[in-house]
Amino acid sequence: MSRTAIITAIQRGLKRGPLPTDQQAMLTSRLKTHPRGPIPARGQLDLPGRIALFTKQAEREFATVAHLATLAEIPTAIAAYLARLNLPPTLTISPHPALRAIPFAATPALQIRSGTALPAESTCLTLAFAGIAETGTLLLPSGPQTPTTNNILPDNSLVLLPAARLTASYEDAFDLLRAEQALPRNVMLITGPSRSADIEQTLELGAHGPRRLHILILDGQG
Amino acid sequence: MLQSLAAFKENATSAIGNAGLQRALARAKPHFAKKRQAAIDLLPEFEALREAAKNIKDHTIAHLDFYLETYAAAVEASGGTVHWCSTAQDAREAVLKICRDAGVRTVTKGKSMVTEEIALNPYLEANGITPVETDLGEYILQLRGETPSHIIAPAFHLNREDWEESFRKSHTDLPADRIFRERRDLLTEARGKLREKFLTADAGITGANFLIAESGTSVIVTNEGNGDLTQTLPRVHIVVTSIEKVVPTIEDTLSFLRVLARSATGQEMSVYTTFSTGPRRAADTDGPQEYHVVLLDNGRSAMAGTEFQDMLRCIRCAACMNHCPVYGAIGGHAYGSIYPGPMGAVLTPMLSGIDAAGNLPNASTFCGKCESVCPVKIPLPNLMRHWREREFERHLSPPAQRYGLAIWAWFAKRPALYRAATRAAALGLGFMGRKQGRLAWLPFAGAWTKTRDFPAPEGATFFAQYAARQKARNQ
Ligand code: SF4
Repeated sequence: MSRTAIITAIQRGLKRGPLPTDQQAMLTSRLKTHPRGPIPARGQLDLPGRIALFTKQAEREFATVAHLATLAEIPTAIAAYLARLNLPPTLTISPHPALRAIPFAATPALQIRSGTALPAESTCLTLAFAGIAETGTLLLPSGPQTPTTNNILPDNSLVLLPAARLTASYEDAFDLLRAEQALPRNVMLITGPSRSADIEQTLELGAHGPRRLHILILDGQG
Repeated sequence: MLQSLAAFKENATSAIGNAGLQRALARAKPHFAKKRQAAIDLLPEFEALREAAKNIKDHTIAHLDFYLETYAAAVEASGGTVHWCSTAQDAREAVLKICRDAGVRTVTKGKSMVTEEIALNPYLEANGITPVETDLGEYILQLRGETPSHIIAPAFHLNREDWEESFRKSHTDLPADRIFRERRDLLTEARGKLREKFLTADAGITGANFLIAESGTSVIVTNEGNGDLTQTLPRVHIVVTSIEKVVPTIEDTLSFLRVLARSATGQEMSVYTTFSTGPRRAADTDGPQEYHVVLLDNGRSAMAGTEFQDMLRCIRCAACMNHCPVYGAIGGHAYGSIYPGPMGAVLTPMLSGIDAAGNLPNASTFCGKCESVCPVKIPLPNLMRHWREREFERHLSPPAQRYGLAIWAWFAKRPALYRAATRAAALGLGFMGRKQGRLAWLPFAGAWTKTRDFPAPEGATFFAQYAARQKARNQ
């Protein structure tokens, strides 16, 4: 059987048999403690510093960022964003309680649907689990309330990121995730909108994923 | 996976004479090197991360049996299936069986070098399954019936006219008189075409940049988002990957991510880095219903414990070929292997056998640039030298050595190319020879230096010195 053949070939190459149990125990404990490698100093800032760095890095990667103080500001901010870009005033939101809490009813100009993105979806609003200041990266886990499809299928991706979830490093973001839940089926780290440089090594935005990534940082407690 | 190893010399000659390719090479080479350097200048911790990345891989390879078993157990625990495959044929059959069992007729594909290595597409086609490449570069190659010329920029040898021509020829349902004003128009057309495929495919095949032992997770890194559409929308996700991709933990993976994009494209982070663990969960409303990992060996386990073990650290970033003067002169196709450039010169003989690929390690000026940019510090020039020694021991040397010399002579007869290659080599040779001031061995001229030492260049090539002297004389 291939499994045995491959494992035996590796052991033969390494000039040993299966690892003794004490060594296996050491490796298992390394897995359990999952030590960190070197962490870049650049993200080690207080919260305002992390917000500023995240914003700078996300914009460097062609995302746009808006800072909002309360949930109540979100509907008008989204309506204005869509109008400015001449995009249809339709929005599919991921079925997450934090997004359902947004008072969309006050902005009837927006047509809201809750659920999973459809094939010709124009714009989705999703919720980031965390943001990573180091590179302006969003962490989005999958789940019944946060379908992965909504991150990648629409033309325009709007992401709500509570400022309190802004971490210095990827490691800090994964620590939060490990603390709150078992590893979900899918975890995406997203840095900017989709792009390709396959045609003559020239960067063009909007390959197969969203053409635009707009991040709404919710600074207040609201 | 072999195209025409024996034809390296002829390939290289025609590559030099190919104006379109030379234009593409001239455009791509400074682009990659500059972007990488800029990204590294922004991260003071880069060298520390390189060392950490190297150490994690060394640790993993020293315990590869343990980490593979741990990984496979975690995949199964998350509801996925691992298919262990010793050979390319085993892997092709495993993919076909998964497709047949699940009633799959069409598959979308994310970019995967391992599926190129096992020549999966023609096999699937021959068995009635339609594979559709969705990475933009791979898509155009599939339309044109070509193979990748670079491991991360597969279509970089093509120019815009080539794209236009292929799109007009293939997308016949669109108006024939449409105009492509900008590159963006090509991108938009491909996006529209591939949308339909993403939405209707029965299965999605991706590769993996990393496999995480602690959780049984496969990780892909892309910029386009095609890999995510491929692994999220169809009902079956098949990961085709190889045994050296395993790393212990998520945190270990994060260290690699910090060096990978910077070394590859000069980005700080690729756009999409996605961790996939098993099929959709009970309450999930999306994601694949089946999750399979086709885990390929194909010569890799035989590298453990040998002088080539270091090559198992490779994370396929392409920095070595982006900085290689030989690759920069002839492009990827001339190597005749799916894996070109310095990493391909070391890896290909391991996968294809030295009989078939023994010449590739000669396709180098041994300037040392590849090793100096490799994010996991693989001693590529040394490994190429090891291949030459093996080749000699196996008595393949007479024709092969002649061949090595022939390549050297061929380079020497082309002044511009030889100058470019030797300028880079002089820096490397000066460095290597400085200790003794003599070189016991000269690239491309093994037979000659076997019996006599060659004086180490003192900083400039003969041509550069000659030109300088002429200039001085004329002043
Ligand atoms: S050998 Fe090093 S530089 Fe070349 S592709 Fe592999 S990791 Fe990158």
